[in-house]
Amino acid sequence: MTPTLRIQSTPFDPAHEAALIENGRRDIGAIVSFTGLCRDEDATLAALELEHYAGMAEAEMARVAEEALTRWPLQALTIIHRHGRILPGERIVLVIAAARHRGEAFAAAEFLMDYLKTRAPFWKKEHRADGSVGDWVEAKAKDDAAAERWG
Amino acid sequence: MKALYFAWVRERVGRAEEEISPPPEVGTVGELIDWLKSRDETYAHAFENAAVIRAAIDKAHARHDAAIAGAREIAFFPPMTGG
Repeated sequence: MTPTLRIQSTPFDPAHEAALIENGRRDIGAIVSFTGLCRDEDATLAALELEHYAGMAEAEMARVAEEALTRWPLQALTIIHRHGRILPGERIVLVIAAARHRGEAFAAAEFLMDYLKTRAPFWKKEHRADGSVGDWVEAKAKDDAAAERWG
Repeated sequence: MKALYFAWVRERVGRAEEEISPPPEVGTVGELIDWLKSRDETYAHAFENAAVIRAAIDKAHARHDAAIAGAREIAFFPPMTGG
């Protein structure tokens, strides 16, 4: 099984991506989809600017996908991550895991997000609604803790 | 070797990439950070809190005790905040 892995500046459609996985398959029992969105932070945020390390981001995404595939018998896997300027309400990241059973699909999707957040080289900078350039979003210790629980 | 900088490390250094030629006694990522800090105040500021700086050698995560011998590209950046 070859996962679908993409890093792009353009928007994506989760329903379309899930349909591509379902299409013509009779063996899949569960599809778990996670979509990460850009929050408006109580209307203080104008946009997020996502910087990435081209080349390494693709390589890390492939490593994270490979790790998931060694842990769970996934039947399909899609990961899409955007970079560039992203407005509140827009989608940033998509993970879709398909498996025979829901437990595997849920676990794989959660694992993939935990690993992506702590290993994929992306950084978020805030642009505020008042026109000023805000801070770089700080990494959260709870994200590291979430990734570490997978051992 | 090529040095790359991302996010606030890039902003503080003032450039996204450059060629660097550290002396042969600089053997690890951590020693390279110390050598960069010794260059001038700009690098000293960018790398002042070295413990939070992450690094990658040839596009793979590398700890501060990793050897840099043979590296073509070394990147420095803050902890990732994607997803």
